[in-house]
Amino acid sequence: MALQSLDITRRSATTTPSPSQRQTPEVAKLIDVSKCIGCKACQVACMEWNDTRDAIGTNHGVLDNPTDLTENSWTVMRYAEVETDRGLEWLIRKDGCMHCANPGCLKACPAPGAIVQYSNGIVDFHEENCIGCGYCITGCPFNIPRLSKKDSKVYKCTLCSDRVAVGLEPACAKTCPTGAIVFGTKADMLRHAEERVQDLKSRGFAKAGIYDPQGVGGTHVIYVLQHADRPEMYSDLPRNPSIGPLVELWKGAAKPVASLALAAIGVGAFVHYVTKGPNEVSEEIEKEFEDEK
Amino acid sequence: MKNDSRTLLRFTVPERINHWLVALTFFLLALSGLVYFQPLYYPLSQLFGGGTWARILHPFFGVVMIFLFGGMFFRFRKLSIITPTDKDWLRHVREIVNGDEQHLPEAGKLNGGQKVMFWSLVTCMVLLILSGIVVWRAYFSFLFPIVVVRFAAVVHAAAGVVMIALIMGHIYIAIWTKESIGAMLYGRVRRAWAKQHHPAWFREMTGGDK
Repeated sequence: MALQSLDITRRSATTTPSPSQRQTPEVAKLIDVSKCIGCKACQVACMEWNDTRDAIGTNHGVLDNPTDLTENSWTVMRYAEVETDRGLEWLIRKDGCMHCANPGCLKACPAPGAIVQYSNGIVDFHEENCIGCGYCITGCPFNIPRLSKKDSKVYKCTLCSDRVAVGLEPACAKTCPTGAIVFGTKADMLRHAEERVQDLKSRGFAKAGIYDPQGVGGTHVIYVLQHADRPEMYSDLPRNPSIGPLVELWKGAAKPVASLALAAIGVGAFVHYVTKGPNEVSEEIEKEFEDEK
Repeated sequence: MKNDSRTLLRFTVPERINHWLVALTFFLLALSGLVYFQPLYYPLSQLFGGGTWARILHPFFGVVMIFLFGGMFFRFRKLSIITPTDKDWLRHVREIVNGDEQHLPEAGKLNGGQKVMFWSLVTCMVLLILSGIVVWRAYFSFLFPIVVVRFAAVVHAAAGVVMIALIMGHIYIAIWTKESIGAMLYGRVRRAWAKQHHPAWFREMTGGDK
């Protein structure tokens, strides 16, 4: 929704600045995986606040339910059982939009204003402008947006932009019973995360660390990981996410290069016609066929 | 154009109808496709009833194009086989650009440039169809890994732009070479025109005499 209480710093398929006079601090949601007990209260709170209801699925023999993000499930808990030097560990990651500082979805989106980035860092879909092409899915380094079969629009976590705009924390952070999800300014969250990392290190998690991938300019959802050296253990969290060369080319250099090339053909044709004149049948050949007239 | 026995039949009725249907479909595809390529062209979506309608229609125009362009392919592929004479013809860039056809190797019904245009269009069309299936999010994209979809998006955009560039060239050359648009509209050309631009075809059609 077009929230007037949040200014927009970036708008899809738009080359001029959006209203961005007001100064707002960057926000971030910190997910401390080491504190998560996998209760799924965040999933429930997300559906309650956003009025989405997923279809009742089937039991796949694992706790993941639903097994993947959908247009109705904007966040899901992913449960990974992994063997580390500490024995069997249960790593539960709350998956959802990372709210990249440099969002691949926004870069790929061809519909003006369908994806925006607020000055506080939240990346939001404005479904009323969405045309349903799915380019955001192609552009996202985290495989987050989901295309609805009902209305052919894409949906994902909004970081509760509507709540944040009026000074509330996201529904998932509000409901988390262990304090694994906390919300505040990005600076505060990084400071808190650093404390958590120090605590984990003192408890023997030597490789504990913060996941705030710089390949996408940092994110506004950050993780504290017990094993930050091996993010892929957390249900394939990408080690070095970035928009990638193909999407950069497609939605970067290709556009001006192509438009200039086409314009050059137009100008070239005009100049050619003006300098060379029309290509007509020569006088001699016309004479040969004069009897035809 | 006098429709008498002194003019030569260059394109048959089915060839002409097929050509103009391909042309119409090309414009629908290019105008709706540019919408997603660059924000600059987004206003073109209004021609189709908005961005969502452009997104819905574009791939179906593409399906229509597969059949129509397929028709052109089977009608013109034999005529478009490139011969050594065509290669020689293509080497005379300066004369071609100047419209100075007296010293060119004799062109047949289609000249070397037209044949290169044909095979370039065929190549682009094949790339566009294959990549277009992959990026058709509503029905097919979920069947492919994300890297393949990204690659197809680049290929589709690049081939689309090259296609538009080729057709711009095609249209300009048709405007530049007088009476050639008439050939595709009405099918017949004057003998003098045939002798000027396609002398080998002229001889073939007339046995060399006037």
